[in-house]
Amino acid sequence: MLILDCPCCGVSGEETEFHAGGEAHLKRHSVGSTDDQFEEYLFMRENPRGVHFERWRHNNGCGKWFHAARCTQTLEVFGTYSAQTYEPPKEIKDAISAKRPGWSWRNFS
Amino acid sequence: MSNAVSALQGASYVGGIAEIRELGLRGMITLRGDLADKKLIKAVKGIAGTMPDARRIAMNDKAGAAWMSSDELLLMVDHADAPSTIEALNSALKGTHFLAANVSDARAVFEVSGPSAREVMAKLAPVDFAPDAFTQGMFRRSRLAQVPAALWMSREDAFTVVCFRSVGEYMFDLLSVAAQGGSEVGAY
Repeated sequence: MLILDCPCCGVSGEETEFHAGGEAHLKRHSVGSTDDQFEEYLFMRENPRGVHFERWRHNNGCGKWFHAARCTQTLEVFGTYSAQTYEPPKEIKDAISAKRPGWSWRNFS
Repeated sequence: MSNAVSALQGASYVGGIAEIRELGLRGMITLRGDLADKKLIKAVKGIAGTMPDARRIAMNDKAGAAWMSSDELLLMVDHADAPSTIEALNSALKGTHFLAANVSDARAVFEVSGPSAREVMAKLAPVDFAPDAFTQGMFRRSRLAQVPAALWMSREDAFTVVCFRSVGEYMFDLLSVAAQGGSEVGAY
């Protein structure tokens, strides 16, 4: 069971109040992209054991999307942050580094 | 005009550990826009008396305003006053980016009252209902069993629950079962 803090409305709720929206920080390649880029966007997903970044929606609450950084192994939530960003903010990265030194995920570390 | 009726026409369940009542028709307006906008704040104050803070509800004798999300309020008035309230909002907010929609007949409203009302709610929603954690004036959107709902304490030992009209009967059955006699948990 995950306990997530919605950064949009400030409610601290458990998993069933939210809905998972897949991997975070994908670039949506479409018109004008190469086949390889489009394939990457459509099919290629991270499946890490450990630090992971996801999109979540507070569907039984304020209805807004946000990002969450969590550990797939321990279900620990490192933090949640705005959906309007291309990469995790520094405080989220610092929070992960404090607990999982040397972590990396795609281009982030 | 057709005669408006509420989802369960005032159904009630008594004799359990809490009393469940459908509260009948209530005028409800979804107001979306920039909640920091001065014109919008003024318009809301004109209807409900106070602008609610985040995750809170402001109620006076005849109207109320609840904070639904960072860009949405739920305004509650008498059922008959909803169309005129929307007209008033439309003229007050002219020129700003906003939406005011009459959702009165899309909703069902219930009251759960009695000394064990907190327990009945706590059985159904993943929300901390401890007396010091959930207090009067707070407004929470969550789920009750399988359906989304919004809830607040209308007075001590009484909760008001708002859900979609389409799940009104489900909500009533759900609350009634959670409130059936002898089902006290004793958690609070």
